[in-house]
Amino acid sequence: MIRILILLIFLPIKAFALIEVDITRGNLNPLPIAVSPLSIDENSRQSFKKILKKNDIGSEISKIVENNLKISGLFNPLNKDAFLQAPDIANLKPRFEDWNLIKAQALITGKVNFVDEKLRVEFRLWDVLAGKEMMALAFTTVPNNWRRVGHIITDKVYERLTGEKGYFDTRIIYVAEKGPKTNRIKKLAIMDQDGANNKFLTLGNELVLTPRFNPTSQMVTYLSYFRNLPRVYLLDIETGMQEVVGDFPGMTFAPRFSPDGKKIIMSFAKDGNSDIYTMDLENRIVEKITNHPSIDTSPSYSPDGKYICFNSDRSGYQQIYIMNSNGKNVKRISFGKGLYGTPVWSPRGDLIAFTKLHKGKFYIGVMRTDGSGERLLTENFYQEAPSWSPNGRVLIFYRETKTDDKGEGFSAKLWSIDLTGYNERLVDTPTDASDPSWSALLSN
Amino acid sequence: MKDLFSCEKVSLRNIDQGAIMKLNKILKKAFLITFACLVLSACATTKKTGQMQGDVYTGTDTVEYLASGVADRVFFATNESVLTTASRETLRKQAAWLRKNSDITIVLEGHADERGTREYNLALGERRANAAKDYLMTYGISSDRISVLSYGKERPVDSGSNPLAWSKNRRSVTVKAN
Repeated sequence: MIRILILLIFLPIKAFALIEVDITRGNLNPLPIAVSPLSIDENSRQSFKKILKKNDIGSEISKIVENNLKISGLFNPLNKDAFLQAPDIANLKPRFEDWNLIKAQALITGKVNFVDEKLRVEFRLWDVLAGKEMMALAFTTVPNNWRRVGHIITDKVYERLTGEKGYFDTRIIYVAEKGPKTNRIKKLAIMDQDGANNKFLTLGNELVLTPRFNPTSQMVTYLSYFRNLPRVYLLDIETGMQEVVGDFPGMTFAPRFSPDGKKIIMSFAKDGNSDIYTMDLENRIVEKITNHPSIDTSPSYSPDGKYICFNSDRSGYQQIYIMNSNGKNVKRISFGKGLYGTPVWSPRGDLIAFTKLHKGKFYIGVMRTDGSGERLLTENFYQEAPSWSPNGRVLIFYRETKTDDKGEGFSAKLWSIDLTGYNERLVDTPTDASDPSWSALLSN
Repeated sequence: MKDLFSCEKVSLRNIDQGAIMKLNKILKKAFLITFACLVLSACATTKKTGQMQGDVYTGTDTVEYLASGVADRVFFATNESVLTTASRETLRKQAAWLRKNSDITIVLEGHADERGTREYNLALGERRANAAKDYLMTYGISSDRISVLSYGKERPVDSGSNPLAWSKNRRSVTVKAN
């Protein structure tokens, strides 16, 4: 992987900004923001046109920023037709009255240069009301990384305006699906968080399920039915190397990494009983964590690695439990009406996202780690498997449609929703899709 | 039906007696027709539920045969892995057939319906297939001849989104492995 060189040219100028985006509430008042196309000189434009086949890379990058901001639901990027100032002049010194006139509260400007075969992008964030510069950064990278530059700019802007890390320079791994419902063909696929650069990682010869990112690297763990033996596998996305995890005499499934990326936690099913195990990826030592005749599955670590939440039917039905990472001190935390599954600990540590089935409807919800404060974010015919954005503000999950009387009309799609329950969005994929998992920030 | 009657009552007040008589006749007819419809539809639904007992599938639509009279699959109630009386009878026939054909090995494929989370259903499919395996073993079939494979909800046999389709999909299928 080519590393992005981040050069700080100007330290962010300390400004007592008036603008602030509150992300704890819904997106009722998205912040009006103007994303001026990044200016580009003619020589640079021609060079990038040759390399990237894009007529104006400056405006392409600004489109990525604009789209990201819009998807977040927290910003309202204004129509470029209304912009009065030319991009190059605006980047030097915006005429704040002009931007004020079109009701922009924040403004992003910048310029693109072709320097030593590389792409250099400088951008500035302005507080229009206060008439001040809030941030100025420049990035230099190989031209092919131009989309990531757009994502990193969005992350910086998001962080500066909300006070929390962004989630735009990230990828989603998921299962791409096609074919009849009775015989679906499933492939691992990966794409940028905004749906660009979609790539299939397996050919579809064997059934694959539940891919999950290592939070510290570009490794993935997933379930494959290779040779009709359902086992947990590891895949290095960069090299394509695959290996089976451990030599278990039966089905291993529901894998997830520990927060430090050094262990895999998963279920192992044998003789009609599923228990939770961990495997240390360095010394390959396997530990049995739960020991109960019920089904114990869908384990997920707390971000400090001290606790594990999981799904068990030991009470008779699927419920959510937590325990210490050594398997001691098992406590049930879900007590609402219905069945609960797929608990996933938030990267912030304070919440557990889950799937709930109640009276024939499926819900995605969150609860505190002691089970209190349950909030259902969305209701549908079928949906499950939430995965957190790395900043813990957004959940991505999949939804399936009900088929008609003839059993036709089935589809599976990815959706995202804010923790607030607002901003529910279809995440576009080239094929049907399920089992999404969100990567950590790539530029961290 | 309730709606129909309450609706008429309201409008009756402004209508003269003759009209009321007429209306009563109409209502009677309407009642008879609705009643007939209800009876008919009730018949239709009994036919449908005739393929289920509780929510366990008892029909033969999807069933294949390992040998004459030896059905290849057993069905389960929602979230359950308990074998019904009918399932046990099917498995006893399978055991008898396996004892006669001692060179045959089998895979028990456990399945769940689409109304559960993927990971839990994988475990549930495994549990169902093992319920069948345990029963076959008590009828003298060696565990060496049986392997178990759970598909969870990945391979439904009926793509419908209704209780009958789901009941057909909650199953353990005995498949010849050699």
